[in-house]
Amino acid sequence: MLYDALIGPFLEFEFMRRALVSTFALAFGAAPIGVILMLRRMSLMGDAMSHAILPGAAVGFLLAGLNLFAMAAGGLIAGFIIVVGAGLIARSTQLKEDASLAAFFLISLALGVTLVSMKGTNIDLLHFLFGSVLAVDDPALLLVVGIASVSLVVLALIWRPLVLECVDPGFLRSVSRAGGPVHMAFLALVVMNLVGGFQALGTLLAVGIMMLPAVTARFWARDITGMVGTAIICAAVSGYAGLLLSYHAGLPSGPAIILVAGVLYALSVAAGPVGGLIWQAVSRRHLEA
Amino acid sequence: MTAQLRFRNLTLGYDRHPAVHHLDGAVAPGSLTAVVGPNGAGKSTLFKGVVGVIKPLAGQIERNGVAPEDIAYLPQIAEIDRTFPINVYDLVAMGLWRSKGLFGGISRRDRDTIEHAIAAVGLTGFEQRPIGTLSGGQMQRMLFARLLLQDARVIVLDEPFNAIDAKTCSDLIELIRRWHGEQRTILTALHDLELVRTHFPETLLLAREPVAWGKTADVLTPDNWVKARQMCEAFDDQAHACAVEAA
Repeated sequence: MLYDALIGPFLEFEFMRRALVSTFALAFGAAPIGVILMLRRMSLMGDAMSHAILPGAAVGFLLAGLNLFAMAAGGLIAGFIIVVGAGLIARSTQLKEDASLAAFFLISLALGVTLVSMKGTNIDLLHFLFGSVLAVDDPALLLVVGIASVSLVVLALIWRPLVLECVDPGFLRSVSRAGGPVHMAFLALVVMNLVGGFQALGTLLAVGIMMLPAVTARFWARDITGMVGTAIICAAVSGYAGLLLSYHAGLPSGPAIILVAGVLYALSVAAGPVGGLIWQAVSRRHLEA
Repeated sequence: MTAQLRFRNLTLGYDRHPAVHHLDGAVAPGSLTAVVGPNGAGKSTLFKGVVGVIKPLAGQIERNGVAPEDIAYLPQIAEIDRTFPINVYDLVAMGLWRSKGLFGGISRRDRDTIEHAIAAVGLTGFEQRPIGTLSGGQMQRMLFARLLLQDARVIVLDEPFNAIDAKTCSDLIELIRRWHGEQRTILTALHDLELVRTHFPETLLLAREPVAWGKTADVLTPDNWVKARQMCEAFDDQAHACAVEAA
């Protein structure tokens, strides 16, 4: 009975297994990146980036139809253009990076929706915006798993300067010139993971599996290693529980996954051991020293 | 003797407005120099130039045998994100950057070195504390521990004793004297003239332009101080291009 509810669907249906593996891969790639984005106060930047890849994917769609690689390539190119463009504008004008990103992503979203509507139907548009994790095929799965693997390797390589740039950017500048390249490499990882999440969760929800587990983790761990671990577990649990929920209750799967992540977030805000609301409300006696 | 640092007609500033104007002079290797002057005299600007954060508007800085990255620099206002979840030990360990770089592992010996540096600033027992829980004085002690690990031949400290209590100040002065004993070249911006007279053999009195530079007792005279105050005139939006011949 319990077995049927919790494991059965994955044994019975290949598309459920594929969906599960792809959400796990997304958890490993995207969640650590989300933690860094959160600690750098760039949480909304992931959101902006995810909108920014839409017109690129849409151009791929216009040129080659629903071809995974054309859309992924288009998304990557658009993402990089936006990252570099926003960075350049921030460096050469008065505008801060977040303001120029906001301008870019609003334009991109409008442009993307227009482009998709020119050739496709509303179903296509829904697929673009919210993904279809149950339709993940072998090439898409390979793409997601490949991106997750590359992300973990690159993160391991740039981890030290990346953390240092968050804590003490002035110090990093004074000892090394790695700051700029490392920042660009990190932004590239953000774009890649959003493109990876695009097939499964769509441009609007891909950022959910990146940011929600990351902000949840803040309520469970005090150091960054613990946060990354918690975020990955949290994202994987959301994927698993979300897929089950969508299977049993007949809900759309992408939103179900993100909703589960949202529930975990709400529970953590309330009861998380590090600064959760309940612990703040309970007045325990202060310590001696 | 070759100077460790030599300034040749050096002008540093922002948006073409000079904050340090036509500075000439040399810092001898192993010297311990206090840089004093009123607010806005260009002390921080000079230090940013020395460590290469800003480029000269005119003139040159020669750093004989040291790259800007090899100079240990404590800025006046550290850009540290105190809410970042990192502990004292890991932050101090970053001082090993020059020898470890991006990928180098931290060996058992390095761990000893880190423990020693933390002990030297009196923060033993605080290793696992998140940096956000430190007081202002403890924070400064931690940054000095990181400077210790940087093991740099040239050390530049920008007002390291601001808002620091007497005990912490005297502990940190001891570290500076130890560095001086190890023949490191040290530049420190300070406001406490008693401290300068007691501990610093050389002084540069700066007021955008150098007022006096030499033995502390010769530099810190009432006359020089009055001169410095007068010279430290305000930043002028309508200023004309400087006519002094560029070197």
